[in-house]
Amino acid sequence: MLLPLVRRLASMLTTLFGVLVVVFVILRLLPGNAVTASLGVNAGLLSRAQLQAIDKFYGVGESIPQQFFSWLWSMLHGNLGVSLSSREPVSTLVGSALPVTLELAVMSMILGILIGVGFGMIGALHPDRWQDDVGQGLAVFGLSVPSFVIGTVLITYLASIFHYFPSSLGFVGLFTNPWLNLQQVFFPALTLSFGIGAAIMRTTRAAVLEIKNLNFSRTARGKGMSQIAYVWRHLFLNALVAITTMSGIQFGYLLGGAVIVEDIFVLPGIGRLLITSITDRDFPVVQSVTLIFAAGFIVVNTLIDISYTIIDPRTRSR
Amino acid sequence: MTEILLSLRGLVVGLRHGHDVSPIVRGVNLDVAPGERVGVVGESGSGKTLTMLSVLRLLPSPPLEILDGEILFAGENLASASERRLREVRGAEIAMVYQDPMTSLNPLLHVGYQVAEALKAHGASTIQARETTRDALRQVGLSDPERVERSYPHELSGGMIQRVMIAMALAASPRLLIADEPTTALDVTIQQQILDLVLDIQTTTSMAVLWVTHDLGVVARLVDRVVVMYAGRVVEDAPTRELFRHPSHPYTAALLASLPGTQHSHRSLLHQIGGNPPDPTRLDGGCPFRPRCPFAIDQCAHEEPPLLPRGESRAACWREPDSWLP
Repeated sequence: MLLPLVRRLASMLTTLFGVLVVVFVILRLLPGNAVTASLGVNAGLLSRAQLQAIDKFYGVGESIPQQFFSWLWSMLHGNLGVSLSSREPVSTLVGSALPVTLELAVMSMILGILIGVGFGMIGALHPDRWQDDVGQGLAVFGLSVPSFVIGTVLITYLASIFHYFPSSLGFVGLFTNPWLNLQQVFFPALTLSFGIGAAIMRTTRAAVLEIKNLNFSRTARGKGMSQIAYVWRHLFLNALVAITTMSGIQFGYLLGGAVIVEDIFVLPGIGRLLITSITDRDFPVVQSVTLIFAAGFIVVNTLIDISYTIIDPRTRSR
Repeated sequence: MTEILLSLRGLVVGLRHGHDVSPIVRGVNLDVAPGERVGVVGESGSGKTLTMLSVLRLLPSPPLEILDGEILFAGENLASASERRLREVRGAEIAMVYQDPMTSLNPLLHVGYQVAEALKAHGASTIQARETTRDALRQVGLSDPERVERSYPHELSGGMIQRVMIAMALAASPRLLIADEPTTALDVTIQQQILDLVLDIQTTTSMAVLWVTHDLGVVARLVDRVVVMYAGRVVEDAPTRELFRHPSHPYTAALLASLPGTQHSHRSLLHQIGGNPPDPTRLDGGCPFRPRCPFAIDQCAHEEPPLLPRGESRAACWREPDSWLP
């Protein structure tokens, strides 16, 4: 049990390192750097020597491998660097943005899983009946309408028809004003949960329909057990591996979706931080945020891998 | 007339595709008395399994459904029973053992838990269920019931799982055990053990047994009466002894002749029945065995014979056995 865990951790770190390299290289391939981005056209007025001096000051004048390793080195010491545009430590920026995105992610995953598993189970238990049609219709909607459309429509309706726009008061933290905070996060989370729910719904439905026709399901029904026990202990439990896998994949999309939805709903999360830092060529921030996204995705998928061994005894190594 | 435990009356099971329904089981009549051991024999596709699954209303539906007929269990028609009533009958009064043991248990739950589940479904407390489970596992000859209980299905062999399945079926002391080819997936020595086990338990508990098989050798040892099915119908219904001595249907005779090492075949080569069983969706109204029958007469092409009395047996053949038996 311990050795596979160590192996998994090692592969996790390797993947993370790969992500770092790729992000770092791609950013350096973009034309322009933080100095030209912040000085704008005035950069043209500076002499070559002056530019080099500024580059050197911000540490962007070194060779790319040098930059990479000095960044890696300081990061391993807990120093994410300083933002090139706001001059604040990256850890402060990320520290205030991360909880918002985390809350959004958790809430949309919960909503998405509830919607997906709920409609998926109902559909699979009444295939081709109206209950199933409703679920299938919602799934097509959730899969085909992008989150920026759902989000914009939601905001428009809530604000113009119901005069309800909790975000207008400025974002409040979960612990400052929980009730207002939950309202502010609920609608962006709902927006994201449509796509997640749709994918999970389809997976759940397909898995349960298949499991219903397996021999052990017939054995279970042949025992005369209650419908609830049959549905949850036999059908759902066996569908759980497929549902967890799909949830992990959806978590990846969720991180991407969060960038857009945070922007639409004006949530000061890590997605918005990413967008502003990309336009500012704020390399330290972009690198750190990307790293956090990648780490989040890798950690969640590792947890899912571990969950398989909890759900399915056949995957346990003896 | 003796009391009858299970009585199938004109059971028709059909396969539905779109608006078309083709009957696969075409009017099966079958009686089982309390404590009686009945064998159901036939080739693959003859409708044996579908008939048995219908009794507990466990047909995969869609696409299969019961189209007509009655399933009288102790006088109650299960064909029209509510799902709630069926749940009371399943596992408690009629229990079933299935063909493929390896896939018949939930792979994610402990074996002991799954046996206990059958008991708890019918009102046993957790502690009661656990005790009965252990006794049942011991009764079917599993030497280390504690270990088996805590095992997952993939940790046990096919023979062990089939014992577990039998324990599960017997734990609630049903009045009827339906065994659907329970030994087919197992090797011969295990088959023997399972047969002995069921025979042993049956004689001490006096439950009725419906044993489905395509192996006449199994039938000879185990049952009092044999029902032979062909193309979704019963073609012969006879006491076991009678069936082996004087088959009343050419199909039964052909089955007996293809048994290795019996009095009916002294040749070194195995006898086989020529041709293939008919596609039950394409029958022409005559006797379905006619294309493979060496004794067919004109009448066979026009009319499908009903079950006719032939001595102690009944057979669905227009011709008297004396007229064609060697």
